[in-house]
Amino acid sequence: MPPETASPLDRKLERGGFDWSKVVLNGLLPLAGVVVALLVGAVFLLLLKVNPLTAYGALVNGAIGTKYGFMMTLVKATPLLLVGAGICIAFRANVINIGGEGQIIAGAIAGAWIPLAFSSLPGWALVPFSCLGGFAAGALWGFIPGILKARLRVNEILSTIMMNAIAVQLLNIVLQGVLMDPEGVARGTFLAQTAQLPPQSWLIRLSPPTLLHTGALIALAMAVLVYIFLWRTTIGYNIRAVGLNPDASRYSGIRVPFYEALSLTLAGGLAGLAGVIEVIGVQHRLMPGLTSGYGFTGIVAALLGGLHPLGLIPASVLFGGLLVGADRMQRAVQVPSALVTAILGLIVLFVSGAAIWSRRWAAKRRISAARGGQS
Amino acid sequence: MKNIFSLNVISGILNTMIALATPYLYAAIGEVFAQTAGVVNLGVDGIMLLSAFAAFYVALVTGNLWLGLLAAAVVGLLMGLLMSFVSVSLKAEQGVSGIGLYMLGLGLSSLLFKVMIGTVKTIEGFKPVELPLLSAIPFLGPILFRNNILVYAAFLLVPIAWFVLEKTTFGLKVKSVGQNPAAADSLGINVDRIRYVSVCIGAVLAGLAGASLSISLTNLFQDNLTAGMGFIAVALVYFGGWSPVGVLGGALLFSVVNSFQLWMQVLGVNIPSGVAVMLPYLLTIVALCVTVNRVRQPAALNKPFERGES
Repeated sequence: MPPETASPLDRKLERGGFDWSKVVLNGLLPLAGVVVALLVGAVFLLLLKVNPLTAYGALVNGAIGTKYGFMMTLVKATPLLLVGAGICIAFRANVINIGGEGQIIAGAIAGAWIPLAFSSLPGWALVPFSCLGGFAAGALWGFIPGILKARLRVNEILSTIMMNAIAVQLLNIVLQGVLMDPEGVARGTFLAQTAQLPPQSWLIRLSPPTLLHTGALIALAMAVLVYIFLWRTTIGYNIRAVGLNPDASRYSGIRVPFYEALSLTLAGGLAGLAGVIEVIGVQHRLMPGLTSGYGFTGIVAALLGGLHPLGLIPASVLFGGLLVGADRMQRAVQVPSALVTAILGLIVLFVSGAAIWSRRWAAKRRISAARGGQS
Repeated sequence: MKNIFSLNVISGILNTMIALATPYLYAAIGEVFAQTAGVVNLGVDGIMLLSAFAAFYVALVTGNLWLGLLAAAVVGLLMGLLMSFVSVSLKAEQGVSGIGLYMLGLGLSSLLFKVMIGTVKTIEGFKPVELPLLSAIPFLGPILFRNNILVYAAFLLVPIAWFVLEKTTFGLKVKSVGQNPAAADSLGINVDRIRYVSVCIGAVLAGLAGASLSISLTNLFQDNLTAGMGFIAVALVYFGGWSPVGVLGGALLFSVVNSFQLWMQVLGVNIPSGVAVMLPYLLTIVALCVTVNRVRQPAALNKPFERGES
């Protein structure tokens, strides 16, 4: 007899480690989804009388064909990794965070305001200060829908979407008001952007002249931290328990609403960090449209990575490459980069649909394991 | 400032409200069908975008608005079938598959627009039809009875949807698969089929919502024309407590706030435009908070059905 403490929920949760056959299945199914989505994309292209080989050739070449392209792929993978790591936490708690876009913006506003307001601080203080500020702002943007879900059972999908729209307007307001570049005001151009941030707040470029910056390393470290957090700490265990079976968690004394709100807050914080890093690592100023859809693409990357922070790392690079390649494709062969948005949508549909086979497979294994245990 | 609340402005605000409410009504009433059957279709915005493009393109090329409307409905149906297949047959997490459908619609509509049209063009959309006698009613007549056919149809949809859901066998089946699919299944109701039909009804209506935007309200198509209207439509379903009449109330409330802020900008009232544009979204969050525990949602909402699972 196993000890009574090992409830089925416990056993299900403990098996989070490296079951290689599971890793292979969970890795292959999504990849098959990507391939099918690209094939459907090729059909779209054929219908539009574009040679898919030319278009995809330009895409691949843009993403990994040159050193500069590959470094850009890593630059774009950075925010995806951070947003996606947050998505892993939220989705593991069965909280659907669609608010990545708004949380990135909230983080970016804070991450631009701090260096501008405290420009006399040295870099070693300013960079962590900005990062913390951005994390806090993003966390606040996640906390609001989180607490509304915990206290009032407000559907977080809808509230996070509304928070996105509010953040976009907030960005417009600050860029046309308090944070507008004073030089633009003086010259009368009134461009909706901030002044350039003080250089000591910029992240170090790892491989000039490419844009790759230390933010990529921060993102990588955060992904590993999120893995440790989810699988090696009690809080992480509780978050996963809440997502797996809220009723069983409640009966075993886990405060479900608390962990739902917490997971959404942390997801917001990580997206906020992505926003700061985009500002101090790439743009060096705050401008409209800085999210580039990372909030949504981060969801796709997290799904493809099996909601596992370590699986997310290759997935982020893949989608970073898709985004970079899409720009290149648009310029080289005049195929609008919107094609990639459509392909991302198909990937989400296929991956979320294909999950049925991995669930069935897991159920089959559970049954055969139970039978094996009895005999 | 002095004439902000003159009769003319109020009538203008109400008139804009009726026009703005139209796409929300189609999309949200459609979503009532899907959700009553237990399926959250978050992809409404994507369906609206692709259908808005289809309606606009067909109307632009053929010059026939009715063919445009048909194209929108067909695109809506196809998107609905895709959503049903993934969410009903493959039992995907609906919040996630809906986002996939949204991104597909967003990307595909933008791709097709750039390749097939290229620049923003306008067409002549549906013209207002004055209802005889009724439109002569002072004050209310011009507001309510000088609209185009898609607007009238949207408001007619409210009683029709109510009747279908409350007074027909089909409506009863839709409710039963949304409340207790296992019980419905044991009574011989084909749960998946009812869910497919409900999602597709919703998707066709979302298609008409897109058409009402591109060939009746704005008479143009551009990237991301809906700017998230489909998501607000989903929120209106929660706000309206899964009833067509509740949805009507929500759509009118939401539209009057929106129309008010548009008119304030037109009249040059000094509030930052960002704050004004933010208002409807804030209102939606507040509305969700206020109404969330008032009505019980369909018990099996967001839960895929599998035989043999309780």
